[in-house]
Amino acid sequence: MNSAQLEIQLIAALVAIACAIPGTFLVLRKMAMISDAISHSILPGIVIGFFITHNLNSPLLIFLAAFTGVLTVFLVEYIQKTGLVKKDTAIGLVFPALFSIGVIMIAKHANDVHLDVDAVLLGEIAFAPLDRLHISGVDVGPKALWVIGSILITTLILLFLFFKELKISTFDAGLTASLGFSPVILHYGLMTVSSITTVGAFDAVGAILVVALMIAPAAAAYLITLDLKKMLVLAIIIGIGSAISGYWLAHALDASISGSITTILGLVFLLVYLFAPKKGVIAVYFREKQQRIEVSLLTFLLHLNNHNEIEERHVNHLNEHINWQKIRAKTVLNLALQNNMITIDKDIVSLTKKGVKFTTQAIDYIITNEDSKIEHMKADFFLFRG
Amino acid sequence: MDLNEYLKLVISDYTLRTITLGTAILGTVTGMLGSFAVLRKQSLLGDAISHAALPGIAIAFLITGVKDSNVLLLGALISGLIGTFWIRNIITKTHLKSDTALGLILSLFFGFGMLLLTFIQKQPNANQAGLDNYLFGQASTLLESDVWLMTIVTSICLLIILVFWKEFKILLFDADYTKTLGFNTKIIDILITSFIVIAIVLGLQSVGVILMSAMLLAPAAAARQWTNSLSNMVILSAIFGATSGVIGTAVSASQNNLSTGPVIVIVASIFVLFSFVFSPKRGLIFKRIRFIKNRRNLKLQKTLAFMHDIAKTHKDISHPHTVKILNNFQGYTRSSLKKLVDKNYVVLHNKNMWSLTDEGFHTAANLYNQLKNNNE
Repeated sequence: MNSAQLEIQLIAALVAIACAIPGTFLVLRKMAMISDAISHSILPGIVIGFFITHNLNSPLLIFLAAFTGVLTVFLVEYIQKTGLVKKDTAIGLVFPALFSIGVIMIAKHANDVHLDVDAVLLGEIAFAPLDRLHISGVDVGPKALWVIGSILITTLILLFLFFKELKISTFDAGLTASLGFSPVILHYGLMTVSSITTVGAFDAVGAILVVALMIAPAAAAYLITLDLKKMLVLAIIIGIGSAISGYWLAHALDASISGSITTILGLVFLLVYLFAPKKGVIAVYFREKQQRIEVSLLTFLLHLNNHNEIEERHVNHLNEHINWQKIRAKTVLNLALQNNMITIDKDIVSLTKKGVKFTTQAIDYIITNEDSKIEHMKADFFLFRG
Repeated sequence: MDLNEYLKLVISDYTLRTITLGTAILGTVTGMLGSFAVLRKQSLLGDAISHAALPGIAIAFLITGVKDSNVLLLGALISGLIGTFWIRNIITKTHLKSDTALGLILSLFFGFGMLLLTFIQKQPNANQAGLDNYLFGQASTLLESDVWLMTIVTSICLLIILVFWKEFKILLFDADYTKTLGFNTKIIDILITSFIVIAIVLGLQSVGVILMSAMLLAPAAAARQWTNSLSNMVILSAIFGATSGVIGTAVSASQNNLSTGPVIVIVASIFVLFSFVFSPKRGLIFKRIRFIKNRRNLKLQKTLAFMHDIAKTHKDISHPHTVKILNNFQGYTRSSLKKLVDKNYVVLHNKNMWSLTDEGFHTAANLYNQLKNNNE
């Protein structure tokens, strides 16, 4: 591994961290699509900035582009406030328009500008180590590294300073306002950070794929944990891991690095989506199945409780009466037997003491439908856990 | 080049004719289906689907090795449908919200597509050039056969919409009611969504992956401002879509270096802006005018009510009072007094005395009853 490769991976990892932090808050605030809108609509800002500075890494360009990003958010909210269209339509109207303006501006001045849409959209991190920053003649590393590094440090400082405020305003905007923090300032602050990060990262991974680095790690982390701090850390870890393994995938396939990073992110999300311990699709499937059986068991116990007649409690009769298929009936019977809820004597089912107690409590719960009633039952019985 | 020359060119020139027809038909079908997307609050689904179609194009090319647009669009269709299906699954099976699901699928599929595209470009196959046209669309690559395909798909869409009009309409506005009536909402839902996917895929070649969503939204959002009826909205939206297609093509054809997609989107956005500002019922200008009118009316009524309060303390309602006592009152201006005189509610004596007429007194007495009646 030579130094250029190391630098590329370092830049990719820093971009991943810088994106994961605002991304987590965007996902939690249900504003993930805003990041998509910003990433598209910074294009005219970048183009105008480039016309003025002729340098993709100049601070002025970054601020101009970030300003366009914030302008997008402002426009979306303005259109939404007029009540003419819904918010998602407003997003969908604003960013294609701004993006088109950017594309047309590039097309009209394509001859004298070293900037093409592909570079802005897709970025080329492989060339990042070639553009180096010299301070008084000494080579201090790639420019992109310094740009994204300073953005990351600013983001981290802001995160530590305003973590509490961000946390409250994310989960309860009303409370934030009543405590004296302005949700609007926090909102636009977050939007500004997201815009600046997007601009800083577009050079490396491309404007569109910034969205993947913002949303995918946060979404995957959100499926694993519900704790904000853990979620932030997990999102950062997933981001860094995908960035570095994505680089090596691109190396192996000789394809776009940003594309590979996104593909790895996609795979990571797919795995988490399927296998996350509590919220994953498979876990949810088994939990729902379990709950179905448990509800059946409850129905069955209630039925037994209601009938003293022997013919109503005969094993074969149960199949017909509650209209269950054989297998299901058998599962439920076994479950009840295992938990000592019933005894079976010559194919006649009867409730045990424990079964009767359980059923009465269950009826109480159904009638009152109060959570406090079942609070102690959660420990006693398996049915109401979770 | 003036308009006449351009029109002649459209008729005589094969490429220009094909592109104009193609974008017009595309605008029609996306406009029609876009109305449903906008009303179903699925505006951004189009954005996600169009991005999600990219890997399909690349994979279709990898498998077949030919650059036949029909094959590529089939790939795009399949990959778009997979993306849509996954989005729905994420929303229903996990606690992730719809915006996260859309953003995820959009960026992940697009990134994977980019990986495949760059991978294809490195392959020793001379045929691959031009696949990245699907990013921004290249209307000039449209062939007559593509236009025929669009026409056929559009006619099928139109037919299905006409046949299932009632079902579509009722599902849009009251899904629960539709269910209780015994319609299979799932099938209607899948039908609409699939048609939206098809419309998007059709547009990829001329407008491109990134801007396709605007083709879906903009005409519908513009049409929504002019009408409250679904059928009018669908028709208007189709007209807006077709017009933006034709104008966009004309503008981009008259300039060098201008891809059609972004120009069409800009034209459609201008339609939206115009509709937002100038639509008579919902537009910002007329809303503002109505607001000012209402405020003036209210002031007039306030003055009248104040006069009534004074006049009713006298036995003779036509007893004159000085204009001066009105001066302390907010709603009073010289013009509002003149308006009251014009309406024959008030009579002026010697320019500085006023008295209510019978009609004015009656109107003022019933001012609040009238409001009540109007509200009911």
